[in-house]
Amino acid sequence: MAIKTLVETRLNGEAIEFLCEPRQSLLEVLREVLGLTGAKEGCNNGNCGACNVILDGVLVNSCLVLAVEVQGKNLLTIEGIGGTGGLHPLQEEFLKHAALQCGICTPGFIVSSYALLQQNPHPTEIEVRRWLAGNLCRCTGYDKIVRAVLAAASRIGNVNDMKQLISMGG
Amino acid sequence: MATGMHADEVQDQAVKPEMEYQVLGTRPIRPDGTDKVTGRALYGADIRLPGMLYGAVLRSPHAHARIIAMDTRRAQVFPGVRAVLTCDDLPEPERKIEGHGEGSVDVQYQSANVLARDKALYQGHAIAAVAATNPHIAKEALALIKVTYEIIPPVLDVRQAMQAEAPLLLENLHTDEMGRIDDHPSNIVSHVRHQRGDLQKGFQEAAVIVEREFTTSTVHQGYIEPQNATALYNPDGQLTIWCSTQGAFGVRDQVADILQIPVSKIKVIPMEIGGGFGGKIGVYLEPLAALLSLKSGHQPVKMTMSYDEVLASTGPTSASYIRVKIGANSEGRITAAEAYLAYAAGAFPGAPIWGGTNVIFGPYGIDNLLIDGYDVVVNKPKTAAYRAPGGTNAAFACETVLDEISEALGMDPLEFRLRNVAKEGDRRADGVPYGRIGFAETLEAARSHPHYAAPLPGSHRGRGVAAGFWTNYGGKSSATASVNPDGTISLVEGSVDIGGTRASIAMQLAETLGLSFTDIRPQVGDTDTVGYTEGTYGSRTTFATGWAAYELGISLRQKLIERAADLWGLDPDQVHYEKGVFTANEQRLTFKQLATKLHDSGSPIMASATVQPGREGPAIGVHIVDVEVDPETGKVQILRYTAIQDAGKAVHPSYVEGQIQGGVAQGVGWALNEEYIYDDQGHLLNASLLDYRLPTCLDLPMIDTLIVEVPNPGHPYGVRGVGEVPIVPPPAAIANAIHQALGVRMSTLPMSPARILEAIWAQNPSTP
Repeated sequence: MAIKTLVETRLNGEAIEFLCEPRQSLLEVLREVLGLTGAKEGCNNGNCGACNVILDGVLVNSCLVLAVEVQGKNLLTIEGIGGTGGLHPLQEEFLKHAALQCGICTPGFIVSSYALLQQNPHPTEIEVRRWLAGNLCRCTGYDKIVRAVLAAASRIGNVNDMKQLISMGG
Repeated sequence: MATGMHADEVQDQAVKPEMEYQVLGTRPIRPDGTDKVTGRALYGADIRLPGMLYGAVLRSPHAHARIIAMDTRRAQVFPGVRAVLTCDDLPEPERKIEGHGEGSVDVQYQSANVLARDKALYQGHAIAAVAATNPHIAKEALALIKVTYEIIPPVLDVRQAMQAEAPLLLENLHTDEMGRIDDHPSNIVSHVRHQRGDLQKGFQEAAVIVEREFTTSTVHQGYIEPQNATALYNPDGQLTIWCSTQGAFGVRDQVADILQIPVSKIKVIPMEIGGGFGGKIGVYLEPLAALLSLKSGHQPVKMTMSYDEVLASTGPTSASYIRVKIGANSEGRITAAEAYLAYAAGAFPGAPIWGGTNVIFGPYGIDNLLIDGYDVVVNKPKTAAYRAPGGTNAAFACETVLDEISEALGMDPLEFRLRNVAKEGDRRADGVPYGRIGFAETLEAARSHPHYAAPLPGSHRGRGVAAGFWTNYGGKSSATASVNPDGTISLVEGSVDIGGTRASIAMQLAETLGLSFTDIRPQVGDTDTVGYTEGTYGSRTTFATGWAAYELGISLRQKLIERAADLWGLDPDQVHYEKGVFTANEQRLTFKQLATKLHDSGSPIMASATVQPGREGPAIGVHIVDVEVDPETGKVQILRYTAIQDAGKAVHPSYVEGQIQGGVAQGVGWALNEEYIYDDQGHLLNASLLDYRLPTCLDLPMIDTLIVEVPNPGHPYGVRGVGEVPIVPPPAAIANAIHQALGVRMSTLPMSPARILEAIWAQNPSTP
């Protein structure tokens, strides 16, 4: 039996610890050790984006990160988006736009889109397409996904702009 | 529609196009949506059971090899290993042909595909399997199994496999030559022919005749979720399987055949499915997981494929060689059409020649035709259905030849197609007559679409059009519905939901009862909780299972009318029901009010319905595409795409659009990038999603859709299947656009940058 390592990290805002083997990927630990199955295994080699998570603010393929690497880091998974406050605007717009069919790629797309909007709240269509080119969807042809992300951006952007105006006394 | 009328009787007074629907045609949020955007929906690989073991499969490194010996002793004693499985553990089934939707299969062959017996027939063919306490140990143990192979030369190309001197894959395979079984073994499984009229006379009447040859590569369905199966084989002989499948009953039947146990011993629980497109009808892992569970002392065993296993060992669809010859007179009427289609089945029989031979001239009424189709085994993975199986290859050939003929005639390509379009009463290639079809309406809608008239300035740009045809399918479906005391209905249906069919089925029940969509709570049943239902394939689910939902509505309405009559002391004939309200004389009860009274007024109210509708009505799509070709690199960029399609009645238009857009995206991938690349020994060189290269969102523009609604008289709400036909036109439409951009005719799929450059260089030999 391989020797296990104790890892302490912050997962979706909460401090947690887990034991893992050095060879286990973050994806495997999320799914098999922590029971968080929202990150999906498609290709297990970084091609499909279905397992995407945000690690210290950076979008990563959790299948390409070793679990021991998240020691002392801040991890956001699909389970941390939406949550207690109800659905996130991205999740709502994916539903309204019917931007999912089978749904296996959806958590990855929402995590990736969340990371996009964090750093670019007003993306253009081509910026959305460039950013999401690392996420594969075989069902939708991407049309409704891109529209959903643009619609969510416009909603979130408007709220943020309003907050900014208010804070500026506008 | 009259109350209580049986659905079989609706055919002669089908829904009028102007009929006002309350629910059909709206775009509600799917009931399983929240679980899917939050990551809570449980797919097959998300299963965890107490004491669960993990299985892994040893696969052949050779494309064609005899298995001489196998030694599993080291694997068996490896710490953490609980069971090792070889073909000795698998019963040898009798020969038996079973239909599994969109194709049939010989159980013996399917068993041999699940686990090779004496020969490995493709690289990736399953040889043995292991169950261990974790997936890493299972994979390590595979490396300890020693297999001795005698390598045999592989045959990969369909035309080479047809040669008499080609290496034989299956020594007991004899060609079915239009019903006559040949004496000598061969790689040719069967030859079918469709024929009518006088071909020679037809070609004599032609002003233009074009004959061309085409080849297409092996391509994969490319669902993002790999195959998976978890099995628990109890000591009492009861087997439970959780898996990703398009049809739970199909899995039950196949596992029963392969393991030779009664279906009543097997319960299949279909988990959420991460895409299928035809590739998740046949079983791969399920029988292995079951036997590993049995051998490991009745522990549950989970197996999931890696993506390279998915590409090397499951699916794909046929590579093909196609020859087409079409003649047309100066008025633009096709006078004769001839086609020869040879489809590679992979290692076991079952290439979709049925689809190819019916699709190739499907949209057109042609008096003189001859179509020959060949199903041929080669040393590649056994092909599975893929969205309009066999149709895309065939349409690529026919629709590019039609483009060439319309160009030679100086006729608009859509006008040319309209002059030949099939009408009600015309016959499909295999003789089945067309009912009320929307082919002409769809072509007309394409011709008057703004995209078709829009200017396309710039060099190396071109516009192409192509039509596509698909037969669609009906099949068996079952569903039950129970009225809840809060006025909602729990609907249990047997169709796995791959793309929003919980919604499209529930909508038909809501419409029938005059309720709102949110009053229906749909769920997918397992094989013990719902009646027999064929898989989600053949564009059948919204059509057939939706019909079952309609029947449930008719049945519940009658039972509720009887209850209201009981409560009011009236005769049921005196009670009327419309838009959710029961009335009789001065009395009035809403559906919800009556529902609250059910507990105190008699037995619970529920209904069950089973259907097997047969008038599914074929589908047609017409696509318009603008491309730009980079003459330096050969890369083709899609600038604009419009898909026009007859949906009969679009139940949930967003998901109809989604089916069209998804089909287009797969067709674009097939056209431009996707192919299995093999070395000459049959080793697959690009078994990863990056190297196989599915289209990304950066490869595609928005995909515009226009839904034409010519109601299908064979369905109570006019529905016809929509899922499959949109993959059929794209390669031909893109090839026709490339011709307009460059002046070259492409005859090979994919039209990858290298092939485009070769075509440009062949056109101008001085360039390279």
